[in-house]
Amino acid sequence: MTTMEKTANVPAPRSDEDYQGPLLEVRDLHVEFHTREGVAKAVNGVNYTVDAGETLAVLGESGSGKSVTAQAIMGILDMPPGRIPQGEILFRGQDMLTMPENERRKIRGRKVAMIFQDALSSLNPVLTVGYQLGEMFRAHLGMSKKDAKLKAIELMDRVRIPAAKERVNDYPHQFSGGMRQRIMIAMALALEPDLIIADEPTTALDVTVQAQVMDLLAELQREYNMGLILITHDLGVVADVADKIAVMYAGRIVETAPVHELYSRPSHPYTRGLLDSIPRLDQKGQELYAIKGLPPNLTRIPAGCAFNPRCPKAQDICATDIPLLHPVTERDGTDLPGRGSACHFWKETIHG
Amino acid sequence: MGRYVARRLLQMLPVIIGTTFLVFALVTAMGGDPVQNLYGERPVPEGIRAALTAQYHLDDPLPIRYGYYLAGLVQGDFGTSLSGSRPISEMIADAWPETLRIAGIAFAFEMVIGVAAGVMAGMRRGKFLDNLVLLSTLTVIAIPIFVLGQVSQIFLGVKAGIFPVSGTNEGFYSYLLPGLVLGSVSLAYIARLARASVAENLRMDYVRTAKAKGLSPSRITGIHVLRNSLIPVVTYLGADLGSLMGGAIVTERIFNIPGVGYNLFKAIQIEDGPALVGFVTLLVVVYVVMALVVDLLYAVLDPRIRYA
Repeated sequence: MTTMEKTANVPAPRSDEDYQGPLLEVRDLHVEFHTREGVAKAVNGVNYTVDAGETLAVLGESGSGKSVTAQAIMGILDMPPGRIPQGEILFRGQDMLTMPENERRKIRGRKVAMIFQDALSSLNPVLTVGYQLGEMFRAHLGMSKKDAKLKAIELMDRVRIPAAKERVNDYPHQFSGGMRQRIMIAMALALEPDLIIADEPTTALDVTVQAQVMDLLAELQREYNMGLILITHDLGVVADVADKIAVMYAGRIVETAPVHELYSRPSHPYTRGLLDSIPRLDQKGQELYAIKGLPPNLTRIPAGCAFNPRCPKAQDICATDIPLLHPVTERDGTDLPGRGSACHFWKETIHG
Repeated sequence: MGRYVARRLLQMLPVIIGTTFLVFALVTAMGGDPVQNLYGERPVPEGIRAALTAQYHLDDPLPIRYGYYLAGLVQGDFGTSLSGSRPISEMIADAWPETLRIAGIAFAFEMVIGVAAGVMAGMRRGKFLDNLVLLSTLTVIAIPIFVLGQVSQIFLGVKAGIFPVSGTNEGFYSYLLPGLVLGSVSLAYIARLARASVAENLRMDYVRTAKAKGLSPSRITGIHVLRNSLIPVVTYLGADLGSLMGGAIVTERIFNIPGVGYNLFKAIQIEDGPALVGFVTLLVVVYVVMALVVDLLYAVLDPRIRYA
């Protein structure tokens, strides 16, 4: 079956819609968790957009809010304790946060799908992979059990799992880590969604398998012209596949840039710190740089710039004023499209 | 799988021999004069004493007497009861169906209500229903079964007249109240176990995946969560069925159900060694077989477990 035929089977094909804006637009999103220790502000005003066929990499340490943002987009946050006090998540111009739950469920999995980090725990241990893959077709398209299984085999072939027909009735624990992650990818891909969110899809895999899985993901994305949000803390993974990068810290985006510009000229001290802490062959024998301190406790985010206690360039203003995401320009004022930095001293950081 | 079952069945042999010997030895160690017990305060005629002593090998040392018993057991002969001189196999044939009836009612009760209450409580943790289930199961667990049995007998049987008070004259209906009483404690444990298991599974990553797939809440709980949550519950249910089928001494005694437990109670009372050993042997066999069934069921429910 070719891609063309497949697309024709899916209701509401992409082409006949008048909608011209970005595929996904997150506007001023806030997420907080009400815990016994107080209110943890996990996401504090995140904005980003993803277009069809575009890959946005969201970079940050654990607790920077990158996964929480993704879960808010998917609508799988546990609420309570989670709460979204403010913000909009527009999918094709429609705010998903104000949508009734049953309408949102139709988007979930079908239009926007997610790939999780640990495929072993993310797959149900007592159901066969064929069942779990076929479930997408049965729940969303009302397909029969038999047809769904055939589709599952097709999907497994698609993500290049060897002997798909024989293995469709196997359980997740019977697959290797890389194969399991392929199954996760196949599941997300099942209904050819417009957007895929991959939350650290390769973190649990060993390095050789990482590359294979990333290549597969990138290839499928190109083929289906999907938008992709790639959440990771691994700068190496990002460089090859992403179009643009958003760096998050303490629930805010601190820097945005097209991928290669970020590597060559970071405009935020945090990004610079991240880049400097990558081990490099040409600096063998020297001590590896590390950002001092720890990420802030989200129930007590420092005043001003959240990064100021760890920042080597911090001044007085950094402890009082929250820096906005400034558009970043060349020294002579020429626009650098897509670039922004939430640092009071972005000029010094990029040009200085 | 076949080899595993065969191995397990073979393993049952030493278990059965060991336990029956232990019970046999303990009954012997109780001392006393079993022949005299039959006659109470009256003197035992010498001829009868000699006959009984010979019949039951009472003069032989313990291992030899056990050997005689085991030889009989292999041929399906459980021996003869001291009181009334009935074959014990016949007593078992009479008693077991009675026990199975209340065990069946108790099991159905604890399985249906216990699992349902536990699952619903687990889904609504911290809500009213959850607290209600926690509190009521705690109450049931805290009350000894003889209190529960007698109180329900007095209030539901004698005062309200809803249930027959005692005996087995009214068919199925006579077994209902004893069955419910017998099942209530296990029901409480099962409800709590199911609740904890559901609550734990709801936090699992695969549930998050199921949500992200856009599945309906009923599909998420009914298929994904339930299958995983029921694994420990089924284990408990299986073990419990084993002990239910072995008779309930207290409940059968209170409601005068002439089942296995009732017979055990009587045998202990009059120190009827052969009957006691016979019924305990049945109990052991039932329990060991149920343990095997549970282990096999475990593999059916959880594909990660395979027997070879």
